[in-house]
Amino acid sequence: MKNKISLDQESVKRVAKLARINLKGDEAKRFASQLTDVLEYVNRLKEVDVSNVVPISQVTGLENIVRKDVAQPSLSSKESLENCPETYNQLVKSLPVFEK
Amino acid sequence: MDLNKFTVKNVVAGLREKKFSSVEVIEDCRKRYSFLDKKIRAFLAVDWEKAKKKAASLDKDGRYENKLAGVPSCVKDVFCAAGMATTAGSKTLKGFIPPYNATVVEKLMEQDSIVVGKGNCDCFAFGGSGENSGYYPTLNPWDFSRVPGGSSSGPAAAVAADEVIFSLGTDTGGSIRQPAGFCGIVGVKPTYGRASRYGLIAMGSSFDTPGPFTKNVEDAALLLEIISGTDSKDATTSMRPVGKYSEGLEKGVSGLRIGLPKEFFIAGTQKEVNGAVLSAVKKLESLGAIIENISLPHAEYALAVYYVLVPCEISANMARYDGIHFGHRSSLGKTADENITLSRSEAFEDELKRRIMIGTFALSAGYYEAFYKRASQVRALIIDDFRKVFEKVDLIISPTSPTTAFKLGERINDPLKMYLADVFTVAVSVAGIPAISLPCGFDNNNLPIGLQIMANQFDEERMFAAAYAYEQATDWHKKKPNI
Repeated sequence: MKNKISLDQESVKRVAKLARINLKGDEAKRFASQLTDVLEYVNRLKEVDVSNVVPISQVTGLENIVRKDVAQPSLSSKESLENCPETYNQLVKSLPVFEK
Repeated sequence: MDLNKFTVKNVVAGLREKKFSSVEVIEDCRKRYSFLDKKIRAFLAVDWEKAKKKAASLDKDGRYENKLAGVPSCVKDVFCAAGMATTAGSKTLKGFIPPYNATVVEKLMEQDSIVVGKGNCDCFAFGGSGENSGYYPTLNPWDFSRVPGGSSSGPAAAVAADEVIFSLGTDTGGSIRQPAGFCGIVGVKPTYGRASRYGLIAMGSSFDTPGPFTKNVEDAALLLEIISGTDSKDATTSMRPVGKYSEGLEKGVSGLRIGLPKEFFIAGTQKEVNGAVLSAVKKLESLGAIIENISLPHAEYALAVYYVLVPCEISANMARYDGIHFGHRSSLGKTADENITLSRSEAFEDELKRRIMIGTFALSAGYYEAFYKRASQVRALIIDDFRKVFEKVDLIISPTSPTTAFKLGERINDPLKMYLADVFTVAVSVAGIPAISLPCGFDNNNLPIGLQIMANQFDEERMFAAAYAYEQATDWHKKKPNI
């Protein structure tokens, strides 16, 4: 666990790449400084004694909610594709996956 | 008659008593909108003609049977409303028109509320001022040089300015309560899972909570009763029956134990804010409440927990915006893969990029344990703090925000400073408990001060009872901005 978190421009670009975001111009520099501020602030969590504490993400105590696997009426194909940038024969059309 | 200034209760009663028509209510709201909204810009989309048609059909029927019959409202632009442009306040979804209603929007429409438009907000609800909207910032009706708060900036401003009678917002870390406080109105964040998130464009899935903005507590209780309930389309909704919040408001506070956490009454808070909140506490004491000093030992870490977990959840929820099925698609890419990155980079506002990157970093190999896992553990400790405190007290009180509304541009270049404004609201979201903000005074610049009352999970009834008792013993809810 690092003691001081500092993000340089290269780290920012690497993280951005993981998130499928291109940074241009001075964005990497600007974000590096802003993100470093935030990460330094949240790093104070290292002061807390968390030994034997079970991590939580469901705050109201719900457990697996199940239902019978029976199809119900849903959106029509036409409705589902209304906002699609490009369609072909009621299918979503995207760019080629492989370069020609 | 200025019907736009009425409350939900008074509009419905007036319609049923034939004192005025639904069309007249719409017309008064429309007049107000035409006069004000080019200045305060609370809306991203409106359709007054459609609203008038709906009003005319309610007038033709003449019974106004349903609970919100003829009441004009607005919903934050993160709620899908069928046939209405829904952008989540971002350029990413410019032109997106959902083919379905969010469950909570559907519930409003079932009760015959007339949803006149979509409220402006920070992009994808990421923000605490409204300045991160991908379109334009909303202004505070009390002072046009100041922010209305965020992220539900438009819905709050629209109610405070009497452009609509109530609105729906969302609260992930304070995004209903903080703007309610800054705008001098009532805002409610119910227990997590009390109201359905189906059709709510996701930000932080274990934090997001829909809730109402209203002019008084009575309207808020009614609205919450209407929008709450289990939903088979949202597996995180609670199966507990919904309380009759609109009844029993007059229970009062006699014998109710109210805790003041020392971590929320601190030196950094604006003096008039602390003053107003402590006066409110005295008022509640005079009405029969028992005041106790309490402590939430891990509350000082709530903001850090929030700004790890929420960006992590954001980074996952934002992965769907790849320009393939919907949303902005770049025209520059040659392959599908390349175009995903191009589409996202072109469309995303700065705050989106920032939070996605924080989340991606905190979940990445080498940092996951120190950030995401640790924050989830501290979350468990904070939940436990509240559980222990609620064994000793029934309700908890604090200021809603450390300051009154700040000036536009004051914090936009300093994200951390912007985040620090949430310091009294985030612990509530981390723990999933309900809280209400209501007006309790004004500062020397005539800016509203918000009082926050928190309750244990699913104990909205007592939260409303205390809020109602305080409100009815004071005049703050009758004050309006001078516009």
